[in-house]
Amino acid sequence: MTCMHKLALGSLAALALSAGAVPALAQQGLDEPFQKTFREALAGKTVAYVPVAMNFDLTEGWYAGLKKELEPFGVKFVIRDPNWNTNAGAQAVTSLISEKPAVMVIHNPDVQTYAKLLQRAENEGIYVIQINMGSAYRSSAFVGANWIEIGERQTEGVVKACQGKSNKIAIIQGALSAAASAYTLKGVENVLAKHPEIKVVSSQAADWDAAKAKAITQTVLKQNPDLCGIVGFWDGMDIGTAAAIKEAGLTGKVFLATSGGGERKGACELVKNGSFDLDMSYDVPTQAAQMAGTIKWLLSSGVKAGSVKGSEYTTLIPITKENADTQTACWNLSDLKK
Amino acid sequence: MKRVRISQQEIVFAVFAVLFLSFSIFLNGFLSADNMLTLLQNVAVLGILGLAMAIVVIGRGIDLSLIAALAVPGGLVLQMVQNGHSLPASVLAAGLLSIAVGLVNGWLIAYAEVPPLFATLASGLFVAGLGQAALFQLDVVQWSDGMAGFERLGQGSILGIPTSIVMFAIACVVVFVLLRKTRWGAYIYAIGDNPFAARVTGIPTRPIIVLQYVLAALIGCFAGLVMAASVNSMPTRIFNSTLIYDVILVVVLGGIGLSGGRGGVVNVIIGTLLIGTMLNGMTILNIPYAGQNLIKGLVLLVAVITDTFLNPRNEETAQQGDI
Repeated sequence: MTCMHKLALGSLAALALSAGAVPALAQQGLDEPFQKTFREALAGKTVAYVPVAMNFDLTEGWYAGLKKELEPFGVKFVIRDPNWNTNAGAQAVTSLISEKPAVMVIHNPDVQTYAKLLQRAENEGIYVIQINMGSAYRSSAFVGANWIEIGERQTEGVVKACQGKSNKIAIIQGALSAAASAYTLKGVENVLAKHPEIKVVSSQAADWDAAKAKAITQTVLKQNPDLCGIVGFWDGMDIGTAAAIKEAGLTGKVFLATSGGGERKGACELVKNGSFDLDMSYDVPTQAAQMAGTIKWLLSSGVKAGSVKGSEYTTLIPITKENADTQTACWNLSDLKK
Repeated sequence: MKRVRISQQEIVFAVFAVLFLSFSIFLNGFLSADNMLTLLQNVAVLGILGLAMAIVVIGRGIDLSLIAALAVPGGLVLQMVQNGHSLPASVLAAGLLSIAVGLVNGWLIAYAEVPPLFATLASGLFVAGLGQAALFQLDVVQWSDGMAGFERLGQGSILGIPTSIVMFAIACVVVFVLLRKTRWGAYIYAIGDNPFAARVTGIPTRPIIVLQYVLAALIGCFAGLVMAASVNSMPTRIFNSTLIYDVILVVVLGGIGLSGGRGGVVNVIIGTLLIGTMLNGMTILNIPYAGQNLIKGLVLLVAVITDTFLNPRNEETAQQGDI
């Protein structure tokens, strides 16, 4: 027997030995060293949620998604609904700071109002996650859509659809005071700067109101029946824009691009029936899952609030006729709540 | 020499005429039949609401719950159909809800003698809250398949005239007949002019006041259905908007004094036309939103100031005060 043979035999024997040893170990069980501290870090913690208002697809979806992910770990939820009232929202955030939840999930009504308060909250040791609408203060995490990208991609869609046509487009903005609307407009301008042939015949704010959007669109279409596209800023409002296009008999001739949270009834169904040609979705369940993931990471890491700061911009889903029928393009609020 | 008295109605009509003429001359595409129809269509719902408010204001009241009466029953129809109820049952439920809102308003004002401003402010908040908390899943109630056919109430056209204008016209005729051709209408004017004298002469003032608010709520519900049909959804959040001010603006601008007993359907039409002309012209001119508000406010101020100069407050209003 050569030396090599001996070695091979020895290793074989060792292998046989270890093969016999493993089942013995498995019967005792192996402790995963980090799960216990993770569970302890989450159990009994409070997450406070301050949207601009409840009762609409985005904020209901975020809440349902967060609860689904975090409640099984014993996380408690506090919800403060300012119902579109910025003052009430600021008061809610102020009083929450003294209640000291572990995490605050904040949906800003604008860039300035909550900025100082959020900074104070993180100084007090509360992690602040901002959703979809960031403030001037950069907190532990921002999860949300990049409005500039939304504006750019919508406009690119409209510009493409306008090729070889009149090149006349209209813009239906949201509320002038809303930063989301202003950011989207910036995105629109970015693309239009590259396309001097496009003529904007109307750029008006409809206050997120479907009836106003319809009125504006009707007037614009009467003046410019050869309009080739409209950039709308929210699908909830652009139902009105679409109704005006349909009444003018121009469905399919006027390309309507809009954006929203991707709830099935408000997005996919309306793309399918031809109301919208493009709906840029910032898929609310994914955003909720990302927030939940960030909360898990922050709580289990034990980092000091405000010492790490990062952003998670949402990967947008362009909903068109091609994917409007699929299961994954849109989501149902009722399913998320189950 | 007799002084020439120009009523507010005539002033507003003059402002409307001036605006209309200058838009027609200077604005390409304003004075086309198509655009005129669009103009009317855009303010049809506002006009219908103006009629509801007019009934109440003529009877010396005010109904701030009108927007809730538009949003909640209208939303209820869409929500119930979405949940699988039949369309007629849903419309019936909405009608009953509207009557209930009107009855509560009327009872509070006529029998409990709560000032209408406070009674309807509170009931409006209550109804809107009820809708948000108990009836609707989301603020924007979407159209569902069960509603098929119902959109004809607010979309499309009848004999070339957009349906919402026809609905406004029907509402105008109904309210006109009620106010001018029925005894109830005469009672409403009498109560608005002088409630105490009306009671002394044997008019059943309290039931008539209740009737006013029930009618207003029902017309509000009708406006809501037209609006929902027109935009294929019911944005119930409209309750938080400034629409109620626009409605009051239509009524007051049209010349229905808040002290009651004066004005009629014609005033609502004039007020609605003025607002419609302004909105339409400014949209064609592509005036930014902030500028639009500025102009709207300016026109209103001019109308009110002119009225104050031409028709100084008399002894009666000085004693009662305006609202």
